[in-house]
Order: sequence, then C-alpha cells, then structure tokens
Amino acid sequence: MKKDNTVRILLAVFIVLFSVNTFAQDHEVEHGENTELESHEGPGAVDTKEEVADYIDHHLQDSHSFNFFSDGATGEHYGFPLPVILWDNGLKAFSSSEFHHGETLAIIDGQHYKLYHNKIYKTNAEGTITYGEDGYPTNAKPLDFSITKNVLAMLLVSLLMFIIFKGLASSYKNKDIPSGFGRVLEPLVIYVRDDIAKPNIGPKYRKYMGFLLTVFFFILILNLLGLTPLGINVTGNIAVTFCLALATFFIVQFSGNKHYWKHIFWMPGVPIPMKIVLMPIEILGMLTKPFALMIRLFANMTAGHVVVMSLLGLIVIFQNWIAGPAFFGFTLFISIIELLVAFLQAYIFTLLSALYIGMAVEDHDHHPNDHSDDIPVI
Amino acid sequence: MEKLINDFSFGLFFWQAIVLVVLILLLRKFAWKPILDSLNSREEGIKDALLSAENARKEMQNLHADNEKLLNEARAQRDAMLKEARELKEKVVLEATEEAQTKADKIVANAQVIIQNEKNAAMVDLKNQVATLSIEIAEKVIREQLSTTEKQHKLVEDMLADVTLK
Repeated sequence: MKKDNTVRILLAVFIVLFSVNTFAQDHEVEHGENTELESHEGPGAVDTKEEVADYIDHHLQDSHSFNFFSDGATGEHYGFPLPVILWDNGLKAFSSSEFHHGETLAIIDGQHYKLYHNKIYKTNAEGTITYGEDGYPTNAKPLDFSITKNVLAMLLVSLLMFIIFKGLASSYKNKDIPSGFGRVLEPLVIYVRDDIAKPNIGPKYRKYMGFLLTVFFFILILNLLGLTPLGINVTGNIAVTFCLALATFFIVQFSGNKHYWKHIFWMPGVPIPMKIVLMPIEILGMLTKPFALMIRLFANMTAGHVVVMSLLGLIVIFQNWIAGPAFFGFTLFISIIELLVAFLQAYIFTLLSALYIGMAVEDHDHHPNDHSDDIPVI
Repeated sequence: MEKLINDFSFGLFFWQAIVLVVLILLLRKFAWKPILDSLNSREEGIKDALLSAENARKEMQNLHADNEKLLNEARAQRDAMLKEARELKEKVVLEATEEAQTKADKIVANAQVIIQNEKNAAMVDLKNQVATLSIEIAEKVIREQLSTTEKQHKLVEDMLADVTLK
C-alpha cells in the first residue's frame, strides 16, 4: 500500500513536470516565429536553419540575464537581469541590464565591456571584437564571477535541497516514517545508500554518503529542471560537470589506500617490464575516469537539449500541418526519454563515483595474483 | 574542442565549487547525518522487532506445548480422581450397606432374645398362676370333700382299702 502511494506520487511528479515541459514546447511553438534570436545581435525571427541552430546554441549557453521569452517583433525581453561581478583590476559589480541584452556596451569605471555570445569581453569604445585564427574573439576577458542564470539555478536548487532534506531529517524526529513528499525522497535516499554506496564502496560507505547523496540529488534536480520551460541547462555545462568530476577525482585520490597507489605505480603480480609499461597507463586511467564522468554527463544533457530543441526547430522550419504535429509527437517522445535520461545520468554519475571510491578504499586481503576485479575505466 | 574550451566559464566553475562544497557540508550536518541515522535506527528497530517477534512466537509455541502437556496431565489427573471417587463411593455404599445389614441383624437378634425372655417370663408367670389356681381349686375341692366327718372317714377308709398289708 505504501509502495503504491510512493509510486503514485512519483508518477504525479512526472506528469506535472512533463506537462509543464510540453506546455513550454507549445509555448515556444506559438512564439516560434518571433522568439529572440541571439539577443546580443538584437531581436529577429527564428525561421531558417541557421537561426534555429543559433537559437539552440544560445539556449545551451549560460546567460547573464534570466529571460523567459522575448518578443522578436518589438525586441522586448521578458525576464530579469542578473548581477554581473567582474574581477578586472578590482572588483566590479553591476547589473546585466547595463548590456541591454547585448545590444549596448557597458561602461564601468571608464572600461568598455561587451557581451558577445554570453561572454564578457573588454573592448574599445566602439565595441570592436577581433577574431583569432580559430574564429574566436581574442579580446581580453575579465574574470567573470557573475551570478549567471546557471549560478542562480544552482543556488536555488541548493536552497531547495537544503529545505526539503532538512525537512525530511526533522520529520524523523517525531515519527519513524516520513509523510507527504518525504515518501518520495526516502526511497531515493535508501536507493543511493543500498544500491549505489554499499555494494560499490563496502563497509566504509558511510563516510562518502554525504558526497554521493548531495551529488545525486543535485544532478537529478538540475537535470529535471533542465526539462522545464525555464530553459536552464546547468548539468549540460562543461564547467559544472568538470567541477563535479573534479570533486570525485579528489575524493578518490584522498581516499586511496596503499593498495590503490601500489596498483597505479607498481602493479603487483606482473613482470617488471610490464610494471613499467603499466605505470603511465594507470596514471592516465586515474585521470580518464573523472574525465569520462565529466564528458558523459555534459554530453548526455547537452545532446538531450539539442535533440528536443532541434525537433521543435523543425516545426518552425517546415511550418505545415503535417510536420507540426509529427515533430511535436517526436518531441513528446524524446522528452519522455529525456526524463529517463535525467534519472539515469544522476544515477550513473553517482554509481561510477561510488565505484571509483570503492576501488580506492578496497582492502586487498585476497590472493595477490587475483586481479579479476581490477576493472578498467569505462 | 576549441568551442568547449572557449565556452568554459571559470566563474561558473568557481561558483559550482563553492556551492558544491558548502552544500555537501551543510547537508551532511543538517540532513544526511540525521536522515541516515534515523534510517539506520529504524532498520535496527525493525530487525529487533522481527527478532523479538520470532522469539515471542517460539516462546508462544513452547508455552503452547507446555499448556498442552499441563492440560493433558490435568485431564489424566481429573480422570484418575474421578475414578477414585467412583471407587470410593462404591466402597462407601457397600460398607454402609453391610453395616446397616449387620446392625439390622443385631437389632433383630436382640429383639428375638428379648421376645424370648419376655415369653419365658410370661410362661413362668402363667405357670405360677396356673399352679396357684390349681392349688386353690384343689384346696377348695379338698375342703369340700373333707367338709364332713363322714367324708373324712370315708376317705380314710378308701385309703385304707388301698393300703393292703403285705
């Protein structure tokens, strides 16, 4: 009975999220013709392939303002600006409204800043951007610590997580079984503990639960948030996944016991020449594991967003009564898959982190020649 | 690859690092630790409860067996007691009957003795009375017979007639 309830609540959450998502897609379809196109280049219709591609590219990137949608015809943006914090010979903080969605330069303390492809560059008074050989601007970039859309999303998600899990924690003070939303969260917490941490890390799992649970829910909530019409793409940002993977990397290296290091630098049970050959491979493996974590999450989430938005873009490009519903159906289908991917990627990231930690803390009490469990990177 | 590097936002990385570390530390202290502790203690509680339930069940079984045994014993005892009581009753009844018989016999015997005695006494009395009556009658008869001198002489003569000298 209790299980039924949990399933029902989960289902309800899915349906709500999903309906919001499809609503957003409807919305975007409606506004498809006159949604913003690369806000920094001024408003315009999104009709052609290139415009759609640019729009998708723009969506995938972080942003210095929080736009819900824009009216291409009038050039109006509906949203709110976010604070820009720069470190450029001193701390400079101002509102991103100074950029007027990239249409004007921001002049702070006599220095001109230009917002170009959601990056802030130092320019001269005319706002000239010089390009290098690779096609990217060579202008100097100030250190940008702005509270961007992604940072805001991260902060809000952190706050949300803190509130709901603090609530869950305090609900245990009064009774043994949580009620309401806690019934959804508790199985997930137990799942992370029993199916991710315990089997992969072993008896020392308790020490790493904080990291694993935090990362799991952080990625999961941000993934799900990415499916909402807010257009947030935090986990599809390489800087974010890099940071998460780096955390795993450090935790693994600092938890490594002497067996772990011995396996890397002086593999036991193989002839000496092999030991020498294996050493650089193992050192490389140390780095490729978190690298794979970083790329996997980034690529999966980015790909999901690209596919969903491309399908929506196809509706705009074709603009007829057959393609519209057909691609809408496709989008719906892909959105459901994305929902699965949101859970799957959070799970995989946590699982592999746990696996790597497990490999580092494992006690090698067994026969020294038995290395059947030294699984290489995936 | 260049695009990735160009897109890499150090600011975002910086904030993510801070958010992640702070979030992990805060959640660990205020959420994960109490949650996991509660879950553990609840699971321990459930395990204990199951164990004690199992023990209670076993105890119950033992108790049941004991009860059965006791019941059987009690039943056997009851049967034995009933049997004994029945036997006792029969014995008592028998004894009482026998005693009553003997007493009755004794009473009858006594009564017979007394009746005999009374009868004897009555007989003696009767005999005495008959004798007295007979003597009185004889006296009267004799007196009658010897009332006159002639009669006395006559008697003497008769007697004398019987007496023959041998």
